[in-house]
Amino acid sequence: MTDVIQPATIPGVGDLPSDVLIRVDGLVKEFPIKRGVFFKKQIGAVQAVSGISFEIKSGETLGLVGESGSGKSTAARCILRLLEPTAGNVYFQKTQDHGADLPPIVEIAHADKQTMRILREEMQIVFQDPFASLNPRMTVASIVSEPLIVHGVGSAEERLEKVKDLLRVVGLSPEHTNRYPHEFSGGQRQRIGIARALALNPALIVLDEPVSALDVSIQAQVLNLLADLQDELGLTYLFIAHDLSVVRHISDRVAVMYLGKLVEVADRDDMYERPMHPYSHALLSAVPIPDPELELKRKRILLEGDIPSPANPPAACRFHTRCPKFVEGHCDTEEPMLRELEPGHWAACHYPEVQQLF
Amino acid sequence: MTDLLNRPGDGASDDAEGLAVEPITQWDLFIARLRRHRLAMISSIFLFVVIIISFVVGPLLKCDKGATECEFPQLWDHTQGLKDDDDRLLVNIAPRGSIPFGTDELGRDVLTRVVRGGQASLTVGIVTGLLVASLGTVVGALAGYYPGVVDQALMRFTDLILGLPLLPVAIVVGRLLPELTFLPDWMQSGPWGIAFLLGFLLWGSLARIVRAEFLSLREKEFVEAARAAGASDRRIIFRHILPNAMSPIIVQTTLIIGAAIIIEAALSFLGFGVRPPTPTWGGMAASGAGVAVRGFWWELVFSASALVMTVLAVNFIGDGLRDALDPTQTIERK
Repeated sequence: MTDVIQPATIPGVGDLPSDVLIRVDGLVKEFPIKRGVFFKKQIGAVQAVSGISFEIKSGETLGLVGESGSGKSTAARCILRLLEPTAGNVYFQKTQDHGADLPPIVEIAHADKQTMRILREEMQIVFQDPFASLNPRMTVASIVSEPLIVHGVGSAEERLEKVKDLLRVVGLSPEHTNRYPHEFSGGQRQRIGIARALALNPALIVLDEPVSALDVSIQAQVLNLLADLQDELGLTYLFIAHDLSVVRHISDRVAVMYLGKLVEVADRDDMYERPMHPYSHALLSAVPIPDPELELKRKRILLEGDIPSPANPPAACRFHTRCPKFVEGHCDTEEPMLRELEPGHWAACHYPEVQQLF
Repeated sequence: MTDLLNRPGDGASDDAEGLAVEPITQWDLFIARLRRHRLAMISSIFLFVVIIISFVVGPLLKCDKGATECEFPQLWDHTQGLKDDDDRLLVNIAPRGSIPFGTDELGRDVLTRVVRGGQASLTVGIVTGLLVASLGTVVGALAGYYPGVVDQALMRFTDLILGLPLLPVAIVVGRLLPELTFLPDWMQSGPWGIAFLLGFLLWGSLARIVRAEFLSLREKEFVEAARAAGASDRRIIFRHILPNAMSPIIVQTTLIIGAAIIIEAALSFLGFGVRPPTPTWGGMAASGAGVAVRGFWWELVFSASALVMTVLAVNFIGDGLRDALDPTQTIERK
């Protein structure tokens, strides 16, 4: 009942269970707010991610959900070091040898440039917007082969063969190599993005809302492709989305973020059927049910107000300003820790309560 | 993996089967799109002819033998006036058969001088353009890609350059150029000195444009994707950002080439450009304007037309290049 995720002590061999691919420990990302024309003074900071901790096991899909501005994408970019984390650690269990002097478990958040370059072979990202994530001046072949070129894989012919294989894998025709991104539809472009992410045989792929920009019918195709790829290649996914049905479809476990903090982490079915955190209740109660009779009967929890500014977040429990269970003198003075309330079901709430939504 | 390789596409690629196309390179597409731009093609041919005439034909036809012994075209010497049989200068002769562009107030053949003047004007335009393109792109790219101290230092320097009043500075430095003995000869006089001077005065606007492009492109997801693939800064700048910033660079450079030709003309008009007797279109327009009020219109008209047509051609070519460099412009695939 009281287990708090403790920050891992010293990273080292055996620190990570062998089935855990990546562990995020107290990750914090602050963006400075600056003012002034010549001599910029920092007058504050937006804490987009405020100390989140979680693990992803090899081969599983962790769904990360939350409202816009809750810090999902920022957290993912910090894990990949596309943004520099302000604090915290990320431990990664490497799956390939790389021929370099890397320990089996690498701490990413403070790794140097050279280490990061090597580790990028293991972790890739698929972006939300398939129109912005492909360079309009490069052909499909050069887009997909770029990771191979950067990491010096194979000769030019070998790379072209590999690109054709990858295009086949993601369901595109290998004849498309000489085309430009604008000649493709959104779904096809997203497949190109997936092919690029697969090029280096990564272990972890961060999917940053990979289907939210696509038509619903195309969403299903791309989701099925992702699921197939996971089965065949043993990939691990960190799946970021705000579409809760999509997350339910693809995830093994689900983590809910609110204002830069994790409020609940649970197995998928646990999360969707018996959520414990009041924010999760509200979030999940908004999912439409594709059955008119149930839909009419279902209970909806409406939250008051907007998500507060992350530049000035509420004290203690960040949800207390909108929480239907707010208890004065407790929720606004003492911060609830993320506790394992049931095996594998974690929530950060002083007054957690299983709520059956359906 | 093999299973996946043989799996038919999820319907997304049905249309692609049997549509195998010959590999079309980016260069092919570029050429095809440029050809479609009729105005740019005409302008290219025109400019090519102008360059050949100014730099190749003009010097070849030069006659050093002196005023009386050279045959038609009257006198391919731009410094000497034409004389008649009685050794009188043929001043301000209207265009006629053997003197198609007439003569100026010193009796010099205007056609010869227009041809020779093209050399100076084009040299100034092209050298200034190249200088501006390289300086402005490097400064703008560094400032846009490396925020903070680098950006601040480079941009304040750019502000300083942009703050210089162009004509006064150009007049003063242009006036001083021949006296700066530490400079090599070719810098002291003639079009090269003016070209370098203008190049160093004009790159500011391009640097700002390039910086703005870099600032916005740097945040694009495809740049982030390259970073996630482990690409180096150099690769990101040259493969991802710069190609996408090419259109404004090209357009701005062609505008600068046109502007440089005109500014050189203005400087020569005011007497601070290329030294006489080396003709430039600007200088000829200046002296032509003086006699045009007396009805001797030919020197002004012919030199100014050469100037205007060349600048127009350069701008049209810039237009065509910008369109041709944009891969989203549609062209049919055969």
